[in-house]
Amino acid sequence: MDADIDLKRTEALLSLRGISKRFAGVRALDRVDLDVRAGELHVLFGENGAGKSTLINVVAGTFPADEGTFHFGGEEIRHLTPQRARAIGLSPVFQDFSLVPSLTVEENLFLGREVSNGGVLRAREMRKRARALIDELGFDLDPSQRVDDLSRAHQQMAEIAKALLGRVRLLILDEPTASLTERETGRLFELIARLKSQNVGLIYVSHRMREIRALADRVTVLRDGRHIRTLEAASSTDGELVELMTGRKIDLLFPAITHRPDKVMVDVENLTLADGSVRDVNFYAQAGEITGIAGLVGCGKSELIRAIYGLAPIASGVVRLDGLPYEFPAPRRSLKHGIAYFPANRIAEGLALSRPIRENASMTGLDLPAFARFGVLRQVAERVTIAAIMAQLQLRPPNIERAAGALSGGNRQKVMLSRALTRELTVFLFDEPSVGIDVGAKLEVYEFMKRLVEAGAAVIVVSSELPEVLALSNRLYVMHNGRIATELKGAEKTEQNVLASFFRDHLTAEVA
Amino acid sequence: MTTALAASRPPTSIGLQSIAGRIGFLPALLVALVAGMSTIDPQFYGVINILNILRNASFLAIVACGQALVIIAGGFDLSVGAVVALASVVTAKTMAVTAAAFPGNNALIIASGVAAGLGCGSVVGLINGLCVAKLKVSGFVVTLGTMSATAGVGLMITSGIPVYGMPEVFVKGFGRAQVFGLPTAVYVALAVIIIMMFAQRRTLFGRYVYAIGGNVDAAVVSGVSIQRHIVGTYVTSSVLAALAGILLTAQVGSGQASFGGDRMMLQSIAAAVIGGVSLRGGVGRIEIVAISALFLTILGNALNLLHIDSRLQPVFLGVIMVAAVALDELSRRRKPRV
Repeated sequence: MDADIDLKRTEALLSLRGISKRFAGVRALDRVDLDVRAGELHVLFGENGAGKSTLINVVAGTFPADEGTFHFGGEEIRHLTPQRARAIGLSPVFQDFSLVPSLTVEENLFLGREVSNGGVLRAREMRKRARALIDELGFDLDPSQRVDDLSRAHQQMAEIAKALLGRVRLLILDEPTASLTERETGRLFELIARLKSQNVGLIYVSHRMREIRALADRVTVLRDGRHIRTLEAASSTDGELVELMTGRKIDLLFPAITHRPDKVMVDVENLTLADGSVRDVNFYAQAGEITGIAGLVGCGKSELIRAIYGLAPIASGVVRLDGLPYEFPAPRRSLKHGIAYFPANRIAEGLALSRPIRENASMTGLDLPAFARFGVLRQVAERVTIAAIMAQLQLRPPNIERAAGALSGGNRQKVMLSRALTRELTVFLFDEPSVGIDVGAKLEVYEFMKRLVEAGAAVIVVSSELPEVLALSNRLYVMHNGRIATELKGAEKTEQNVLASFFRDHLTAEVA
Repeated sequence: MTTALAASRPPTSIGLQSIAGRIGFLPALLVALVAGMSTIDPQFYGVINILNILRNASFLAIVACGQALVIIAGGFDLSVGAVVALASVVTAKTMAVTAAAFPGNNALIIASGVAAGLGCGSVVGLINGLCVAKLKVSGFVVTLGTMSATAGVGLMITSGIPVYGMPEVFVKGFGRAQVFGLPTAVYVALAVIIIMMFAQRRTLFGRYVYAIGGNVDAAVVSGVSIQRHIVGTYVTSSVLAALAGILLTAQVGSGQASFGGDRMMLQSIAAAVIGGVSLRGGVGRIEIVAISALFLTILGNALNLLHIDSRLQPVFLGVIMVAAVALDELSRRRKPRV
């Protein structure tokens, strides 16, 4: 056994042994091993919070591991920094782009490693090399354009180009196709094949079975920060991978929800948004059921529910609440009408991190007489109410005066959920409800939705995680390129059908 | 499993640290300064000097309270010093004009003067607030503009000459008067501090100001009307600056365009920052800012008594201000996540 590992170490390009990482007492990685060979595409597979991003951040030098050894190209690596990682040929492409929006593509490519002569930039040289690289990659990208003028897909290309500038021996791709179209994805796959033939190792993070099937040589499954197993991609089945990933049968992960569809609470007719991200959308949501909306990043599904809540301007179309037209939605009025919205990005749009849990929780309900009269807060009532709600949501530790910034992802989501309990609400809009929280916290969120629906509320869940929307929803809409591609009910709700509706739409788009 | 881990961690370790973090180093510095000065120079604790300190601290505290509110909401108010000057000359001029039209009618003269002073303050505040809220220009730039404009208007009204002609009773009976041994300005400042503390802790306005400064986008999603509250902070700041201008006018006995100025503006920001108001917004308490205003005033007074070159004094202010912000950053970085 030991001899076996030693043998592999000599041939592996990257070799991690017993890597552990803790964040404020929470084990994000627990003695994880990983080998990547030169010329191999190695998929990291696991749920959100399984430790994939922590692991690739350790490999990229973003932060050091607490324990474990790190060998790259046969040498032991210590005190890795992002700069040093790039210098020795470890190049990451992260999901959160590492581009400076106000700089041009070319300036971003060379950021931190500019070509200069005694402190004076050699602009022409850099431009030439940027052009050459982008041409070689076959990207349709103008090096002199500012990054914030680019679409998300083009930003992704710029990010990949940045990673490939210079000598690359190991490329890390974190869900690189999340914002690419089918054609761009195809081009990326060609590029990956070329890199593999040049003996570059690749670490590839993805949830998409299709990509794993098409690209992977080996797959390492992570769960709850632990290395579960590494398998040959060719000899493993999808079911095996999913079972290893979740550690349970999928239907056990999600609570059994009894949907009792009642009257239509939200009815959207021919809705088009001012920025064009949603076009001619018709859909409805009933009380007593979860309505799911699935789709890739940037398909307009978030914008759709944000428009209903009043966060994205509507160009044309009608939104009806409980049968009555709701014109010019605005957050305050939406709350008064009984609609709540839970944003995907809890840091950017959810919480005031410097303020205590209590204030964050009561924020949406302060206009109610239960919390304030004539503009004066009723502090005792506020404290008692919020403490009771947070106890119900099992906040641990149960201290509501702690600043929201001191909380973990799961606890932050609980503070967001608590807002739903401070006032009478009938429609709940969840935008990516389980992003960035661990499996235990996810289950609590699902149980929370179950209670809402079974109490007769209308719940709309928007999610990029297919298993989640498939399992939770009673009816599922699939969005693509700003339009509803299809509506699936009952037995039609399968991963295959959802994926098929993407492709069907693509085909028609390609033909047109 | 992770939640069970978190629950089992004893909360005792938080206790002491959070108490120290909440009160901060300011009261300790204040006590040290007072104790040190009292041993060095007996003049320091003479009645005249103490009254002088309290009066000056009152002016600064009133302005700093408004400044702190604006900074907590994530803004900046550079125009406060200029508003002090404008309110001073407008109050004095209005009183002089009204006195000429209705001689002897002191109540009317004083009321019109004070109303005009506070009125011009609220106009500047409205302009600041509306430009920030509606035009989305940064508060720094807007108030830099209104500071310049306001100072210009003040100079135009007076041509640089002090404005006299206020009723005796306003100056002697109010501005220079003492009630129970303390200058009237002290009572006004205490009233302002108490009202502001109440507003901060117990009103929707105060809560929303914290929320907006803490995270504007979250406040929008939560259904808070942002613009109204931002305008509210700037109007409050300018009206308080105007109030300080009126008090100064009543004490000195003439309206002067040289009151307030850059010095008052810088000191009000310093008082807010040293008093724990975060320039990132969302954090800060009025009572600490008031203590910080008192501290800065005593520091200035101490440096004068010690005959330290007045040109050197701003250096101390600068060093203390940077140190305060650095300490704030340091304590933030050490906080753990749960």
